[in-house]
Amino acid sequence: MADKMKKWWDLCRQIFERDEEKKEMPRRYRRLRRNIIFLMLAVTLIPLVIMAATNAMQYQKNIKAERIKPIRAIAGKAAHSFELFLEERLSAIHFISSSYSYEILSGQATLHRIFRILREEYGGYVDLGIINNDGTKVAYTGPYDLLNKNYSNQQWFNEARVRGVYISDVFMGYRDLPHIAMAVQNLNDQGESWILRATMDTKKFEDLISPMGMDPITDAFIVNSKGVLQSDSRNYGKVLDQFPMEIPSSDSGTHVRELTDPDGREIVMVYSRLIKYDFILVMILPQANIFQPWHTLKQEMSYMFVASVIAIFLVILGSTHLLVKRIREADEKRVIAFRELEYTQKLSSIGRLAAGVAHEINNPLAIINEKAGLLKDLVDQDKHHDKEKLMRGVSQILQSVDRCRNITHRLLGFARRIGVQYEMLDINEVIRDTLGFLEKEAHHRNLSIEFKFDEQIPKISSDRGQLQQVILNMLTNAFAAVKDGGQIVLSSWQKDDQTVALAIRDNGHGMSEETMRQIFEPFFTTKKGYGTGLGLSITYGIIKKLGGEIKVDSKIDQGTTFTIFLPKTPPGEMENE
Amino acid sequence: MNDSIKVLLVDDEEEFVTTLAERLEMRGFDPSIATSGDQALSMVQDKAFDLIVLDLMMPGIGGLEVMKQIKSANPEMPIILLTGQGSTKEGMEGMNQGAFDFLMKPLDIEELISQIHEALGKTSA
Repeated sequence: MADKMKKWWDLCRQIFERDEEKKEMPRRYRRLRRNIIFLMLAVTLIPLVIMAATNAMQYQKNIKAERIKPIRAIAGKAAHSFELFLEERLSAIHFISSSYSYEILSGQATLHRIFRILREEYGGYVDLGIINNDGTKVAYTGPYDLLNKNYSNQQWFNEARVRGVYISDVFMGYRDLPHIAMAVQNLNDQGESWILRATMDTKKFEDLISPMGMDPITDAFIVNSKGVLQSDSRNYGKVLDQFPMEIPSSDSGTHVRELTDPDGREIVMVYSRLIKYDFILVMILPQANIFQPWHTLKQEMSYMFVASVIAIFLVILGSTHLLVKRIREADEKRVIAFRELEYTQKLSSIGRLAAGVAHEINNPLAIINEKAGLLKDLVDQDKHHDKEKLMRGVSQILQSVDRCRNITHRLLGFARRIGVQYEMLDINEVIRDTLGFLEKEAHHRNLSIEFKFDEQIPKISSDRGQLQQVILNMLTNAFAAVKDGGQIVLSSWQKDDQTVALAIRDNGHGMSEETMRQIFEPFFTTKKGYGTGLGLSITYGIIKKLGGEIKVDSKIDQGTTFTIFLPKTPPGEMENE
Repeated sequence: MNDSIKVLLVDDEEEFVTTLAERLEMRGFDPSIATSGDQALSMVQDKAFDLIVLDLMMPGIGGLEVMKQIKSANPEMPIILLTGQGSTKEGMEGMNQGAFDFLMKPLDIEELISQIHEALGKTSA
């Protein structure tokens, strides 16, 4: 049994976690798959089990009722025939005692003749006797020498005198055969009571019972109310043995009990108490036999049930596998799409930068151009002896080259990152550096940019390029929000031992709560027509990746503050892209 | 032949504009310098120029605004725009608003001179 279970478990495990997948399928998909499987199994199997159980109970009830019904009918009919038989025998005795006077019957010859006719007509009669008022047997015909025997102190005699009729329990009589005695009382001309008593064997009982026991497994017999067998039982003893089970006392009619007999057999007992006589007709069948169709059905239903459970299990397993695979593929596609968008966004921010950078570089280049041109002019016109002018030109060229180099270096610093590269950074420096890209614009638009930096802020380990992208995004947004001449405040402080914070506050147009709720969602933009709707969602993504938090606070027409919290040390393992 | 041409050069990069002026002077022009939009506007009122070379991106009043004001007073004044931006968008906009042409920084001085001549309806020497 345990082995079998183990085999099953191994099989299940194999289905659940195929080796090659186990390695590559991340935990959350395995968990998702497991949850879906359990949920689907629950919603399919629980109703199935409930339905199966209900049906099984109903079937069991119906089949039992159906199987017991004919048995019950047979028992009822047999009891009725038995009662009729006793009635008939009794009425024959009655007839004799009423037809003939006491005087005639007490003549041995007449009694002999009647006894002979009785035996011929009915069969089974063993003896016939007349008992007078005193209890003395005055006439007798039969195998025993019972003439003149006195019965006055016997119970049956008194009972017959009181009730007029008496039928005995079965007893062992002539030739050790079971017998039954019946007596009827009558009155002679003098008003004295006399009794006609007949004994017969119980062979007829078997004839009556045998149709009930046609089925070889059915045990049918008669007991009296004291539980003494009145006929042979197949399993519970011979006639006059004590029946080993108690028969519940109940009124006439047919009753059914399911019980376990003293030998431990599960049985069904059908019994019918006779109305007028102290006999109970009993039929006993093994439960297994009666419920055979039920067991067959149950087995079939069980196979069916197990088959459906396996089918459901396999279907769920298969479909879940497929579903999770699809989800995973969709997720992967989404990630790729998002990366592409991120890339597009990066390109667009680079494009945005390009204009500013071009302007910044072109100006010093223009100076270099003019200075170099001037030097050429001077040489052309043979004025190269004007040393001061030449030197000034050259130093201006060098200065302008310096300006260009600064710009290209900043640009490279921005463009450099592909993966996350951690280095120790002074956040203030990163902000100042990034602002360099937009200085010209700030200058031209007369924006007031105020720094409220904590100059003692500790360095943090983070990615310069990514932070620059975040800050550039924030600054671009702030620049877009304010009117010309607007104010932008950049601040930094240490939030706690582990965290530094930086905030970018503008006094621009601000935004509604509705907008605030959506700003970090991809493709949400208020800059219809020229915004990608990706800046803040990517910013959010980067900050999360760096282990930080971003918070926004805004009031319409009063301005917006973005606060970014960054950990001093990056969170555990970072995935390298 | 450039003697009579009075050119006003407007740019916030002083080194650029002074050097350019010197080079134009060497080529016989009569250049004047303004380093902001405001200065340019006041100079235009004081002196009659044949042509204005105007940088688009300047602090304070930007090039387009300066051009608009000059054109409103003197619609015939030829103006050549300079732009440091990588894109030609602003230059095109300036031309739509009446500029003669626009040139990208860094300049080719010969191209500037030929544009000046063209703007003044003269053939270059």
